[in-house]
Amino acid sequence: MTAYVRPRDLAEALALRAEHPDWMVLAGGTDLMVNAIHQKVPAGIVDLWRFAPIGGITVGDGRITIGAGATWTEVERHPAIREKLAPLALAAREIGALQIQARGTVGGNVGTSSPVGDSLPALLALDCELEVASVRGHRRAPYSAWCTGYRTTQLAPDELVIAAHLPLPGANVRTAWRKVGTRRAQSISKVMGAAAIEVDAGVVVSARIGLGAVANRPIRATAVEEAVRGQRLGAQAAEAARAALRASIAPIDDVRSTAAYRLEVAENVVARFFHVS
Amino acid sequence: MHRANPPVGASLPRVDGIAKVTGRARYLDDLDAPQAWFGATVRSRVPHGVLEALDRDPAFDWSQVAVATAADIPGRNVIALIEDDQPALVPIGGRVMHVDEPLALVAAPTKALAFAAAKALHPRIRPLPPVFTIDDALAGAQQLYKDDNVFKQFLIRKGHTTDAELDAAFASAAQVIEGTYWTSPQEQMYIEPQAMMAEWVDGRCHIVGSMQCPYYVHKAMKALLGCDADGVVIAQSVTGGGFGGKEEYPSMLAAHVALLAAAAKRPVKIVYERDEDIAATTKRHPARTHHRIAVDARGEICAMDIDCVMDGGAYLTLSPVVLSRGVLHAAGPYRCPITRVRGRVVATNYPPHGAFRGFGAPQTTFAYERQMQKLARARGEDAIALRKRLALRSGDATSTGQVLGFSVGTDEVFAAVEGIAGPAPARSGTSAAGSPVRRGRGFVFYFHGAGFTGSGEQRLAGRATVAALPDGRFEVRSSSTDIGQGSITMFVQIAAAALGVDPGRVAVIDPSTSRVPDSGPTVASRTCMVVGGVVDRAARVLRARLESWGAEHGVAGDLAAIARAHGEVVGELAETVTYEPPPGIQWDDATYTGSAYPVYGWGACLVDVAVDLDTYEVAIERCIQAIDVGKAINPTIVKGQIEGGTLQALGWAVLENVVYKDGRVANANMTNCIVPTFADAPELETVLVEVPYPFGPSGAKGVGEIPMDGPAAAVANAVEDALGCAFDALPISPEAVAQSRAAWRLS
Repeated sequence: MTAYVRPRDLAEALALRAEHPDWMVLAGGTDLMVNAIHQKVPAGIVDLWRFAPIGGITVGDGRITIGAGATWTEVERHPAIREKLAPLALAAREIGALQIQARGTVGGNVGTSSPVGDSLPALLALDCELEVASVRGHRRAPYSAWCTGYRTTQLAPDELVIAAHLPLPGANVRTAWRKVGTRRAQSISKVMGAAAIEVDAGVVVSARIGLGAVANRPIRATAVEEAVRGQRLGAQAAEAARAALRASIAPIDDVRSTAAYRLEVAENVVARFFHVS
Repeated sequence: MHRANPPVGASLPRVDGIAKVTGRARYLDDLDAPQAWFGATVRSRVPHGVLEALDRDPAFDWSQVAVATAADIPGRNVIALIEDDQPALVPIGGRVMHVDEPLALVAAPTKALAFAAAKALHPRIRPLPPVFTIDDALAGAQQLYKDDNVFKQFLIRKGHTTDAELDAAFASAAQVIEGTYWTSPQEQMYIEPQAMMAEWVDGRCHIVGSMQCPYYVHKAMKALLGCDADGVVIAQSVTGGGFGGKEEYPSMLAAHVALLAAAAKRPVKIVYERDEDIAATTKRHPARTHHRIAVDARGEICAMDIDCVMDGGAYLTLSPVVLSRGVLHAAGPYRCPITRVRGRVVATNYPPHGAFRGFGAPQTTFAYERQMQKLARARGEDAIALRKRLALRSGDATSTGQVLGFSVGTDEVFAAVEGIAGPAPARSGTSAAGSPVRRGRGFVFYFHGAGFTGSGEQRLAGRATVAALPDGRFEVRSSSTDIGQGSITMFVQIAAAALGVDPGRVAVIDPSTSRVPDSGPTVASRTCMVVGGVVDRAARVLRARLESWGAEHGVAGDLAAIARAHGEVVGELAETVTYEPPPGIQWDDATYTGSAYPVYGWGACLVDVAVDLDTYEVAIERCIQAIDVGKAINPTIVKGQIEGGTLQALGWAVLENVVYKDGRVANANMTNCIVPTFADAPELETVLVEVPYPFGPSGAKGVGEIPMDGPAAAVANAVEDALGCAFDALPISPEAVAQSRAAWRLS
């Protein structure tokens, strides 16, 4: 018999995590229900769907804080996110179908951290920091260091992701996002890229590039970020980005695409981010 | 031909529409069956081998489940269709021919327990080397079928063309266009997976399920159960799509639930999971077609030489018929005096390939319309002008020597496309995502034979009944199934028009072999043209009989009043009519000459594409389809058929594929075995062209398959136009476009 608990408050939720680290944490269920029939029935379920302590989106202190329980529909519709964190709003629109967006949560996407998670390159480019809690206390972790391998993360067995904190980009930061999927909607990504580029008088001051589906986890293209610093936007920065990317990723062949395609398209996508005047 | 009476030609709402959109329609898995157990299938994990044993895990409690194996089959262990080579379950000592082949069955009170039991039954298979390519099959790498691995071959020689004549024509040609074309396997992806339920009552097996052809299942079950026609009843439940995928495979499920229901002594239901359905059931035959065209100095085609090889998979199933339709369409709707078409379908160790909308014709259409495009490019001639110049018209002969008489919509479909095409869009541009794009336009002209091939309809002699019920209502009884295409509504309209009654007075009963005559299968674009024609005639005869009975007995009022009066005095009046072929249909199976089909549908399709030069994705920006359907009984339903078929074809062209790895479907889920979404669909511009068929109901001819044939080649032609290099293999995926980059010639 599977146990089922819907905690009253965060303290109870964290206590449950500490006591039963093997229990399944359920929010929207969009990840868990896939192949549920082929998976082992969990010993227990902690249901955090619409759990107030991890819900909501707030703006303040130069940042936007998104509760781990916020759905992609909430993210996509939030005016400040649409205005300031456009890549994340665009990514939210690409997650599954409308029904999935209405159930799937930010916490679920970063909890699973699949290499093809649609929001993750945007979180990387937007310098996301996760807030994580357990009975041992709260901690902050930069998302760029969160993923440790294929669908593995820093999350300890007793921890819960509480929120994602995203700094508001300055006025001289331009953002970009591109998903290349197997089709135009409800598709798994073959290549994904997101960028936040700080520009001064047409020259790149700094850049953060997040990539998906080109490695065993979502990654920051740090070689590209270094290569474009000081380069002029347009052909110069684009070619520098292309060359640096080629040397720094080694995507794979799988049933959805080929390594050669992913490499070439990742180069094109990243180069296009800089190929603007 | 008579004038069409209302409601024929009107877009009546679908009879089954409200139940389906409100969720009241009950598909197989929705049927109340509280006592039913769930069935699961133990399948092979190897592509080729010998089944040596089925070991039961001693740790599993076998008392709580029912098990069935080949040893439990009361009749013959075959899925009877064309040839008896496919077993319902591989027997111990028998040959395993493909991955996911059924070996044994289990049933249990819950799905979870059934799956657990299936996992606890371990097949022991001695592996044999598998065959995965057409060339290995032809080379006889392993003996899979008879001594040459060829399930069937055909040779068409137009006007008894000899090889010497053909060689001479090519030798003296001013120009030869030659190419090899590959088309990929395709999954039907009906919304409702395969599903079936059986129950034994007083020694009689009742089977209900999702299917296209109740009498195919009936035939197969008589052989498997060793019973006569009354020993088994087959009924269709509401069916969520078929596209050919529920033509032959439902007999396999029927066999399995029948055996399990006998073993469990209660009703048993099998509903495939999506991954199981994609992995185990039939796909469109992959094909390789070599095509040569010889052209004289004036640009007339003087000879064609075509060799098409299809991969049939592990068993013969419907492959000979698929191949037949493929070769009969391979020379296309073009004038050509000297024609040779060779076709072969070979055995491999893939799960059997089978029926899919178009049924062989899309494969060979892709080849000939790529060839015509290359001819136009080589001659520097406009793509539409060239096809117009060479197209078949009334009085011309097809590759089988069939002289076309009536209902040839060639000029009408060309005119329909040209009327709305407008100029080609700008070659270069920028996509919404900011990437450069390159645009191109492609065009195809094609035809599709409606109904069964050759003398098939005569042999089949499909029947349908129209009955006047004592309460003044009327009933259509046929074994044609509504699988989402709208056939119930179409039958109501045809019968109501012929009877001269309100369509609300006419009902189509659910097909069950105990209640309806054999109208033939729901396939081959034949339901409206052939069975609809039979319904039309039956309704007219019934009306005449009722009217004369009314006159004799002095009954006043409309036909419903006469039916009620007849009902009171005599009872129901039913009229059953058998299909009669149109006059002048002659076909010779031995030489493959004569009237291959009673009539053809004609199609022209124009596609504009934009290729993203950053991602190599082909976006279909525009698609015009003009199809000559003879007469649209219900224009909305006919448009739905054309638009659905068109999108299925566009998907096949650019994004659908079935990826096999070691004989196993590697992308057996809806995440990776993708079909187009609405976001992938262009604005479909559909033009209904009506050049009536004198022997169809109100002039109607087949429409179900034709839209599938043309668009893939139109897309390939458009991509070639955009990038300046040839695309001769499907799918034209972004990966394929990326790989072609060195060959691009951007103008």
